[in-house]
Amino acid sequence: MAGKPNWRESLSPDRLELKLDDSKPLFSRAEALTEANRCLFCYDAPCIQACPTSIDIPGFIRKIATENLRGSAKTIFKANMLGVSCARVCPVEVLCAGACVYNDLDHQPIAIGRLQRYATEHGLAAEVQTGQKLFEPKPAIGRRVALIGAGPASLACAAYLALEGVTPVVYEKHPLPGGLNTTGVAPYKLHGEAALAEVEWLLNHGIELQTGVEFGKDITLEDLRQQFDAVFLGMGLGTDNRLNLPGSRSAGYWGATQLIAKLKGEPGFQIPSTVRHAVVIGGGNTAIDIARELAMLGVPKVTMVYRRAESDMSGYRHEMKAARIFGVRLLPNASPVSVSREKGEVCALNVTFNGSEDAVVLPCQWVVEAIGQEKQGHQLSTWLKIDAQGRVVTDSKTRQTSLAGVYAGGDCINGGKEVVNAAEDGREAAFAMLRSWGFSPSLAP
Amino acid sequence: MADLKTHMCGIESPNPFWLASAPPTNCGEQIMRAFDAGWGGAVWKTLGKPIVNVSSRFGALDHRGTKVVGFTNIELITDRPLETNFKEIAAVKKRYPKHAVIVSLMVETKQEWREIIARSEDAGADGLELNFGCPHGMCERGMGSSVGQEPAVLEKITSWAKEFANIPVLVKLTPNVGDILPPGLAAVAGGGDGISLINTVKSIIGVDLDNLTLLPRVGQASSNGGYCGPAVKPIALHMVAALARDRRITIPISGIGGISDWRDAAEFIALGSTSVQVCTAVMRDGYRIVEDMIDGLSGYLDRQGLSSVKELVGRAVPGFLDWGELDLNYKVVAKIDAEKCIGCNLCYIACLDGAHQCIHTAKGTCNAYHGEADHGKNPRLEVMPPVQHRQKAGVPGHVPNVDEAECIGCNLCQLVCPVPDCITMEEVTNPAGKESWNDRVAAGKV
Repeated sequence: MAGKPNWRESLSPDRLELKLDDSKPLFSRAEALTEANRCLFCYDAPCIQACPTSIDIPGFIRKIATENLRGSAKTIFKANMLGVSCARVCPVEVLCAGACVYNDLDHQPIAIGRLQRYATEHGLAAEVQTGQKLFEPKPAIGRRVALIGAGPASLACAAYLALEGVTPVVYEKHPLPGGLNTTGVAPYKLHGEAALAEVEWLLNHGIELQTGVEFGKDITLEDLRQQFDAVFLGMGLGTDNRLNLPGSRSAGYWGATQLIAKLKGEPGFQIPSTVRHAVVIGGGNTAIDIARELAMLGVPKVTMVYRRAESDMSGYRHEMKAARIFGVRLLPNASPVSVSREKGEVCALNVTFNGSEDAVVLPCQWVVEAIGQEKQGHQLSTWLKIDAQGRVVTDSKTRQTSLAGVYAGGDCINGGKEVVNAAEDGREAAFAMLRSWGFSPSLAP
Repeated sequence: MADLKTHMCGIESPNPFWLASAPPTNCGEQIMRAFDAGWGGAVWKTLGKPIVNVSSRFGALDHRGTKVVGFTNIELITDRPLETNFKEIAAVKKRYPKHAVIVSLMVETKQEWREIIARSEDAGADGLELNFGCPHGMCERGMGSSVGQEPAVLEKITSWAKEFANIPVLVKLTPNVGDILPPGLAAVAGGGDGISLINTVKSIIGVDLDNLTLLPRVGQASSNGGYCGPAVKPIALHMVAALARDRRITIPISGIGGISDWRDAAEFIALGSTSVQVCTAVMRDGYRIVEDMIDGLSGYLDRQGLSSVKELVGRAVPGFLDWGELDLNYKVVAKIDAEKCIGCNLCYIACLDGAHQCIHTAKGTCNAYHGEADHGKNPRLEVMPPVQHRQKAGVPGHVPNVDEAECIGCNLCQLVCPVPDCITMEEVTNPAGKESWNDRVAAGKV
């Protein structure tokens, strides 16, 4: 697509997600300085080791303390070009902050995510103010890379490539770029505007984006391999998996990412006041997210139904704890068997407990399934090695697939992890491509 | 409960905590509130000939988020009419007869000293303090630290004061000298009844980097100020102790310099102060801090089995030796408590870069020197390649390991460790017995 459309302005002001404010707002200068000065500046710090992108966390925090915010932002972006969104969506409780030595002193760990948000947002604001870019791309080196999907993995990869003088072309089937950052992340962490602002910043380093182009239909892997020096697959996951319960195939019954995308992006989308009780099926983070979002948006009763014990849930404990604060209840050891309808409308979900025959009726008006998303690997199995779970198999260091010159990263190789994992994959793939052409990436540690 | 009553060269106060001559002792109303809060005495803001002050006047040194670890001022002596001050002194004394009110003075000529001393006594002051210390403003006019830096002048003016005064005279010294003993001895020679020290240190507190002006800013400029607060405490402790251990200093000392709590006060008293004076801590936190100072010092004396504050005075002075007297055979080595260690590696990096490369880590690769313990005897001509250690059996992987043979017992690791009591310095017995450098010199060994 030629030119730079203003996607942020294209977002409707009438979106439900705007009703949910940041749960962790931008620190004030006083807050940031106090928190930054609390950091012990550990050497070989556990927080760095816990970060998939190995950001020099004590280093960027010290720069906040000395009010060298431009330097702080650069320290972050060198390791993670998605530092803006990661600051807001990373599960720091189980990553960097979870590893903070303060936990062992029974002190509150450093609020690393919030400090990272402070540094990156101020770093970018300074870029706009001074007109001085944090990173100047190198002159073109005559290499072109095609990237599939404009989500975090591709954008990270493309950004590192662009900085080294490579020309990246990103293909996206949807009209808006950003992937799940734009359409899927919990609104109290990141609104579409902020996600798109980050995308625009990344693209400004010399990334070409073509939206409305579908991989496998409008373009093929074979074509791309011929036209480009390398290909990066960052297409994420497919549509929501379905249990296909009796009664589940019509109104009032949702796939989680489908519903979240509506909450986040669909102009005028409303939750009908007749929805007094919503039941969410699943025990992962997406299940917790949609349950909390519905509760925060005013659904009077929200229940999560999970087939095993709470301790088996793949969703993070801190997220479940936060959801409970907003009234979300959890029904463990419950397996859904069917949906009852009255005049076509959902009126109950029938569940059994611990495999018992007797179904218990949960009267409700909405049911949301959050049991994972379809893996996209299978459609590529003719060309690439795909594992039993449908994930694209890559080299653990270079992220190169079984096909030379084709790399992959993000949810399509890990089955659905964090933005920070996608950012790491994208960066490592970019560095590996450059090295394969005999270039030494200047931002590599 | 220990007796905190203080008697210093004839000046009595209910406790040793006095407010130093400074903004907290500007006026009668302030000092009355201070006495109500518990302060035992106050040295009135210096009186002298009329002056004019500038705006702004104060600056502070902050460190890693801690406000006011150091403080500076370019304020001069009182800018209020002498008459007003004397009226207030009389009123304070009348209302608080048991508290010490000492009047700080700074004038030039003998006649001026005579007059101002007479007026101070008429107002009912318990004592006088000769301000020979301020390193800003007044020193440019031949007063303050310019007197304190010239022992002969100091002695002479002290003797004038003693000639005119019927009440005790304290001489307040400036730290802006190479050796504090000559002015201290001059104070004794001039007949002073006591010594107060330290006054502030000549300083520039900082530069405003946005417009490259000095701080505190007066228009586009500033001047050297008087530096004080917690950061000067070690300088003050040394000067107090240097006087206290000299037998020729026969008069009592009022210790000043960065005292913020009872612990600081107890250290000054143990190093020879009979009373202590406080300014910066009150400027920051108010008179209320004295409540804990009284309570804390009293509890400390009880725990030490001392029945009065007087018994603490100078107790630590005998331990203040010249370096040449220290025992070269005394040795400690660092010990890390694996149970308490949180794995921050601050001891490792401090020892590696800032000391003697005696702590190793198995948490990441270790860049320390890994030779035989040679205590620096052999030349180290190359950067050693990083080593991945295997952790000792039974010790968690995040706990650094002290090479006790190489450890020179410098304390650095213990000083930087954020966990209380995690690193301790353990004494190593040495059968060699005590031997100092001076012993070696005397024995012809060096």
